[in-house]
Amino acid sequence: MTAILLELAQVLLAAFLAPLFAGLLRALRAILQNRRPAGCWQNYRDLYRLFHKESLQAEGTSWLFRFAPYGIFGAFCLAAGIIPILATGLPLAPAADVIALVGLFALARVFQVLAAMDTGTPFATLGAHREMLIAGLAEPALLATLFTASLLSQSTSLSVIVAHLEQLRFALHPSMVFAAAAFFMVLLAENARIPVDNPATHLELTMIHEAMLLEYSGRHLALMEWGAQIKLVLYVSIGIALFLPWGIVPAAEIAVLPLTLPILLLKFAAAALILALVETLLAKMRLFRAPEFMATAFLLGVVGLLSFFMLGA
Amino acid sequence: MTSCLPLDLATGALLLWLGLGLLGFLLGGWPALACRLVFPLSSVVALLLTTAGFTALTATPDDLQLRGSLPALPWSFQIDPLSGFFLILLGLLAFAVALFATGYFRSLPGPDLRRLLLQYHSFLLGMGLVLLAANAFTFLVAWEIMALASYFLVVTEHEEAGSQRAGFLYLLIAHLGALAILLGFVLLAGATIIQGGPFSAMLHAPLAPFWASAAFLLTFFGFSAKAGLLPLHIWLPDAHPAAPAPVSALMSGAMLQMAFYGMLRVDFLFLGKLAMWWGPFVLVVGLATALFGVLFAAVQTDMKRLLAYSSMENMGLIMVAFGLALIFRAHGLNALAALALAAALYHALNHAFFKGLLFLGSGSVLHGAGSVAMDHLGGLIRRMPQTAFFMLLGTLAIAGLPPLNGFASEWLLLQAFLLSPALPQSTLSAVLPLAASGVVLAVALAAYAMVKFYGIAFLGQARGTRHVHEAGRWERSAMALLSLACIFLGLFPGVLLNLLHPVLLEMLGQGFAVQQGLWLTPVSAQRASYSPVIFFLGMATALGLGFLLIWSLFGRPLRRVPVWACGFPVRTSAMQDSPLGFAQPLLRIFAPLYQAERQADDAGRWQVRIGEPVYRGIYQPLNRIVFWLSAQVLRLQQGRITLYLLYSFLTLLILLAIWR
Repeated sequence: MTAILLELAQVLLAAFLAPLFAGLLRALRAILQNRRPAGCWQNYRDLYRLFHKESLQAEGTSWLFRFAPYGIFGAFCLAAGIIPILATGLPLAPAADVIALVGLFALARVFQVLAAMDTGTPFATLGAHREMLIAGLAEPALLATLFTASLLSQSTSLSVIVAHLEQLRFALHPSMVFAAAAFFMVLLAENARIPVDNPATHLELTMIHEAMLLEYSGRHLALMEWGAQIKLVLYVSIGIALFLPWGIVPAAEIAVLPLTLPILLLKFAAAALILALVETLLAKMRLFRAPEFMATAFLLGVVGLLSFFMLGA
Repeated sequence: MTSCLPLDLATGALLLWLGLGLLGFLLGGWPALACRLVFPLSSVVALLLTTAGFTALTATPDDLQLRGSLPALPWSFQIDPLSGFFLILLGLLAFAVALFATGYFRSLPGPDLRRLLLQYHSFLLGMGLVLLAANAFTFLVAWEIMALASYFLVVTEHEEAGSQRAGFLYLLIAHLGALAILLGFVLLAGATIIQGGPFSAMLHAPLAPFWASAAFLLTFFGFSAKAGLLPLHIWLPDAHPAAPAPVSALMSGAMLQMAFYGMLRVDFLFLGKLAMWWGPFVLVVGLATALFGVLFAAVQTDMKRLLAYSSMENMGLIMVAFGLALIFRAHGLNALAALALAAALYHALNHAFFKGLLFLGSGSVLHGAGSVAMDHLGGLIRRMPQTAFFMLLGTLAIAGLPPLNGFASEWLLLQAFLLSPALPQSTLSAVLPLAASGVVLAVALAAYAMVKFYGIAFLGQARGTRHVHEAGRWERSAMALLSLACIFLGLFPGVLLNLLHPVLLEMLGQGFAVQQGLWLTPVSAQRASYSPVIFFLGMATALGLGFLLIWSLFGRPLRRVPVWACGFPVRTSAMQDSPLGFAQPLLRIFAPLYQAERQADDAGRWQVRIGEPVYRGIYQPLNRIVFWLSAQVLRLQQGRITLYLLYSFLTLLILLAIWR
């Protein structure tokens, strides 16, 4: 029973902290760029406003357009139940391993792309094929890093991987260092961050992710935005689970949760700081530099895999 | 006598198919009746064949010699779990396709229909006989029936020049392959095999390693010609679009798998001792085929051509799994080989269903919208909502997305890859996870190609077609059945894996851990687990709760407004991505591969033509060499009788000099 409650708590935590994380990131970025931030809570206000606005449906769009926001939101909520954010060994964890998790993200993406193509506007289709390209190139790199972790712990279940890595204590694994670098690059690409895409862009021709949302409004747009924020949090939590797992406890040891929760929040704050720094220091690349970026990520993943086989760690 | 049942049932079903073909030929004068009568009966027979396949999985292997066959060349048949599995595949697909054909061919004129009915059923018969053949003679005859019948089906629309060319290319490569298979059989068992000796004579043939490898290469070459593997694939993207949709569905879903069946039987079962390099060789060929297929699928502008290239990709994935099984088995790791082989067989079945579904759906699009050229389509989801829904399921399945079936088999394949550290050879075990990344790239790009397939044809605004109507009742029910099969195989992979148990037992002497309930745990729950049902329920719950909550809190009716498009008025549907425009990033990144030619036509429209590098790189030079050689031979023929007399004289002299 407590396990189920913990599961529920984890999903709700991921969902309701996601706007805060994105807001913190925005605020940090503003500070680093000598601007005055709107405050960490701005995203909640934005979502509140959007939810209370009227939703419009573009003429000629089908049920896919209306279904997509809910489908994507549902997919990310399920993912939040599977990834060990608070604790390992949660009831939903065995339902999907890392490969199925990547499949789940792909499912959400395909719905988003199909919904964009449903509108039949030039910008949306532009964004759609770019999104599929970036994702198609990022996926091999992502799985290469996940394979490294799986080979190390002889399991593809994230929960088991975390439990295994935690036992290793603070030993440095060369393969995991390369994998971490590759994973970070994939995280930037998959979440439409600089240098691959710019979440704050206002120029339609350079948009990727935002271009697909152009026709959305009201509660549908709110769900899409919220979903993107949850996705970012999920990626960061996968990164934490793989590379900094200390502090994620087994579901049975729920008593230490008050102790580990601050550690977790600290990790997220650190992640926001790193992301803000990267986004301030780098400039957005041209679209056709993105394949090189992904190839670099893939090569790092491959080096990680090879160093696992050569060094056995 | 119960052990005799599956074979009797299967041969009976095949005879019934032959009878139906003849009946259809006779009834050609009444096309409406022939169509309404023969095809539904044909689907009933297909169910009979499926039953035979299911019973064969559990019954003991059985064989049969047909009386009345030539004394030195007996027709002999057998059934075992392996052929049983492929009979199930063939039967289920033929069931749905025949239902679809009832509606699809209803307006075909009598003479065409009568030919088609005969050829269609001969094709089915040929495939069934391939699966039941128990000696090389029967196998090759069945193989030829299958090839010839499908050739005639490919050129059904023979008035069109493209279809004749496609048919010729197909026939040529099919025979090249058949010849190689024949040679391989001779190598395996000597002359006895052509004289009707049973297949078992080949079992563990005592061959020197060199000759075993030669036999392997010959048979692999022969079967890969039919499977459409690189570089023998060139017939495939021409032949599949040329054939009518139900035939394309059968060719792509079932006939390609016959080649896989041949490889399993000959290269896996008969060649007992595997050389170390065969597995990596098959794996590399498979991976190259998969990547090539998917990259070319993404840039096609014709729905059926896109699907044909996607078949290449799927056959490539099956070959990757097969190669992995060969690698594991060569090292004696039979349990892991069972996992890889299960992934291959699973994917073969999945491919039959989703590719069958997509080909049938594109047939409905051809009838409903008048074209399968994606340049003329768009927005079909509004005019053909049901077809569009089934096609969406097929698209998601083939794109390898959970919780549908394509994902389940690809998941198993990746799990098999991750067990590579068990291999004693360290280079191989280090390289295999990289090959797995290649598989992931192929699957991710397949999602690109399939999203394009669906998005361009079914979503957005119409690109020119005006009169569109929904598919008929027969067609829709066939598509519904295939979508259900995709969903079932996706949600309950454990059921299928348990079914595969006897097949794996036969092939490797080792099965699979029995799968329990809704969980898929190929090795152990600790190692990896996947539960599509819980996965699906979890997502559905989150989706439903989210919807209810948001609707009750903020629900307001939607208002329909014109598209905003950033304030730019969208004046024409040409402002959407064209089929090639959608693939533009790939065209640019992989430019050397595509050799695209860009030019403006007279009307000022931008034309992009994409070359086929294999055709240019291998077949055209080969063609030139043959022409050059024949030109050299031509010099001998001067047309003067004196010269020919001189040749005869010289020949005589030489012969005398040799024999004295």
